Amino acid sequence: MDGLLALYIFMLAAFTGYEIIAKVPVILHTPLMSGSNFVHGVVVVGAMLMLGTAETVVQQAIGFFAVALGAANAAGGYVVTERMLAMFKKKEGA
Amino acid sequence: MMSLPIYVQGAWFAGAALFIFGLKGMSSPASARKGIVIAGYGMLIAIAGTFLVPGLKNLALMVAALGLGGAAAWISGQKVKMTDMPQMVAIYNGMGGGAAAAIAAIEFAKGDAHSTVTTILAVVGALIGAVSFTGSCVAWAKLQGVLKKAHRLPAQNVVNVLLALVAIGFGAAMVVLAPAQPELIYGFFIVALVLGLIVTLPIGGADMPVVISLFNAFTGLAVGFEGYVLGNPALIIAGIVVGAAGTLLTQLMAKAMNRPLSNILFTPMVASGPGEAISGSMKEVGALDAAAMMRYASKVIIVPGYGMAVAHAQHKVWEMTSILEEAGVEVKFAIHPVAGRMPGHMNVLLAEAGVPYDKIFDLEEINGEFGQADVALVIGANDVVNPSARTDKASPIYGMPILDADKAQNVIVIKRGKGTGYSGVENALFYTDNCRMLYGDAQPMAGEIIQHLKAMG
Repeated sequence: MDGLLALYIFMLAAFTGYEIIAKVPVILHTPLMSGSNFVHGVVVVGAMLMLGTAETVVQQAIGFFAVALGAANAAGGYVVTERMLAMFKKKEGA
Repeated sequence: MMSLPIYVQGAWFAGAALFIFGLKGMSSPASARKGIVIAGYGMLIAIAGTFLVPGLKNLALMVAALGLGGAAAWISGQKVKMTDMPQMVAIYNGMGGGAAAAIAAIEFAKGDAHSTVTTILAVVGALIGAVSFTGSCVAWAKLQGVLKKAHRLPAQNVVNVLLALVAIGFGAAMVVLAPAQPELIYGFFIVALVLGLIVTLPIGGADMPVVISLFNAFTGLAVGFEGYVLGNPALIIAGIVVGAAGTLLTQLMAKAMNRPLSNILFTPMVASGPGEAISGSMKEVGALDAAAMMRYASKVIIVPGYGMAVAHAQHKVWEMTSILEEAGVEVKFAIHPVAGRMPGHMNVLLAEAGVPYDKIFDLEEINGEFGQADVALVIGANDVVNPSARTDKASPIYGMPILDADKAQNVIVIKRGKGTGYSGVENALFYTDNCRMLYGDAQPMAGEIIQHLKAMG
């Protein structure tokens, strides 16, 4: 990828992340930490690309490990975040 | 990378957009639930699109790995109790860091030629991903109670710095000697993994939330850097957004504890001197008297801490609150920023019990009201109400903002025993004249108070 273009993406993404958190009430810090934990679970996509191009057995083994870990990050992150936020919702109706 | 089919590119683009949209949604209580669902769709679309990349091999292995990792985490995530949530976040986060490091490992093993910048980012991403992996595993083990004690090596800080220098040295060699030999790659990863272990082991449980948040930011950065290596903007955006958000969140938490990040990582929590002598004695009270004090009060402020959560007393406490309110007593909840194990953790636990938002107040909002409260009921909280933080310069928690429970007319503390809090610091509040100790587990004690309240009508 074009290095300079990537630098712009880095910068804009960093500002975006900062802005999203800066205005969050304390009560949402834990769900948000958990939610951002889920979002970096997208690492599973990178792991799939590596496993998909792995050639040796060692590469396949590491790739398998990477995909499994990434999938666990995404699935686990989603479930715990959703469970926490579901409780907030229920209470609002109460 | 630009030669990929438009539908693959489109799926990744949609994934990145939905992540940001979803995180934005999570920043307000009303839209938070919708936010995580939107981000979830983003993840599904990004993964589905990846399957459509032409020429991918090992598809059976890939599906097996996705199924295995996904199912294991899905089931464990459904089962975990709300009190144990922080360590689950830690372990899932560590797995993401491990995945990022593994991506880099394969890239190194392939030995393809890269620009120097790409190699540097691959090495940096691998280093922080590996540290996040083992460090998060230690954080999980500590909060889960598998690891009981903080293990502090002699000259811990020197060891930390040396190990970090060795890791950086290996990393630099990886860049200079690229493509690196297998021995160098193994050496680099072993040192990086050990570094995560050694740095995290001496950190005490009270500081762990900040560390988990820091590792969350680390994993985000690692994912972003490996995304650059793979030429995948979706990984870059998701990773860097989380890296920045996580860094800010870490700073907010550290500030709430009045513990600079450098202190958390490098300084154990110990008293810097003998400390002021605490005068007075602890005075016990029974559940009946406690119930009477609150029943005939006009204003009660409840200060819940992690002890309440461990005892699963939040439902009983809410029932007690309802009875008091029916009797005309004004009841409010005061939440310290680091109550529980993570900022906002206590709010989640109270939400689980059905306590409405408008009864829960932050430190700044409620601290002025303790002076007008007849009773402050402290349940399983300790360090966050210790007045030594205001007065005793030698105390390790000196300067930490606290809830001014001691300013209430009467203080009742429900506590299991006479021991000190998570930080190991003696609490001067317990020895003050207006403080009464109600010894026992929070849940049965709240139950007894409820019985007495009902009997009073």
